[in-house]
Amino acid sequence: MIEIKLPELGEEIEKAVVSCLYCQAGDRVKEGDDIVELTTDKATFNVSAEKSGVIKKILVKEGDTATIGQTLAIIE
Amino acid sequence: MLKTQSPTQLLRIRDLGLMDYPSAYRIQKQTVAEVIGGSPPCLILCEHKPVFTLGRIATEENFFLQQDEIARQGIDIQRTDRGGEVTFHGPGQLVAYPILDLNNYGRDLKVYLGKLEQVAIDLLRQFGILATLIEGQRGVWVGQRKIVSLGIGVRKWVSFHGLAVNVNTDLGFFTMIRPCGLNVQMTSVAQELGREMDVSAVKQRFIKVFSRHFHLHQ
Repeated sequence: MIEIKLPELGEEIEKAVVSCLYCQAGDRVKEGDDIVELTTDKATFNVSAEKSGVIKKILVKEGDTATIGQTLAIIE
Repeated sequence: MLKTQSPTQLLRIRDLGLMDYPSAYRIQKQTVAEVIGGSPPCLILCEHKPVFTLGRIATEENFFLQQDEIARQGIDIQRTDRGGEVTFHGPGQLVAYPILDLNNYGRDLKVYLGKLEQVAIDLLRQFGILATLIEGQRGVWVGQRKIVSLGIGVRKWVSFHGLAVNVNTDLGFFTMIRPCGLNVQMTSVAQELGREMDVSAVKQRFIKVFSRHFHLHQ
């Protein structure tokens, strides 16, 4: 089981808004596929799958504010 | 003594000339895939045919005209995956899309945006325009007038989208929207200098300033 977390985006960035979900629970994803897009200030940032597998759970929804380190999705 | 970092990596330049937004977007995405795959960084430069683009957080409330009225005037509207609000692109505006591996520049979105702003400030200084930052706002300003807008996307730490420098842009288009969701006055190089500039010449200067800031060579 792999937890997909919001990585560090820079020294002064503590949170970002979920602006796009590319997949849903049950989807099969390959390593490197985009899972969630977040927006902060004037930037969007795509978080991708670290390993191939099936999305067990997406823990955020569009419009949510996520903090750095927060688990966004779980891949099995 | 300060150590000067010497240009180490090759910068590819893709000058697309005047191009519609979706075609340039496809080229951006293709170039992002190349750079993720290990190709050298690339600076895409172009002018767009008239288009309003809406970033991820953009709301249509920032349009002062109905969309069918905008379409009647021959202006395209595109939603896109950059950060930021609504803006206008059109002929006379230099658009730069740097496709860079930000692993080489500290993996910091704010630092990267700040570097892009600094490139624009240095570029404008070469034309005698004293542009600055405004605290709490993004972009580059001449007094309270905005001359450069920014909005980026990042995938696997490779950047796309970028910045737009109003050179000879018809500023009338900006009156149809609330640019970047702000009640701001836009300006251009031509407006500040009282004469039009050759966009090709600005482009060449941009390449030089950008390469220097990001320690790249052609």
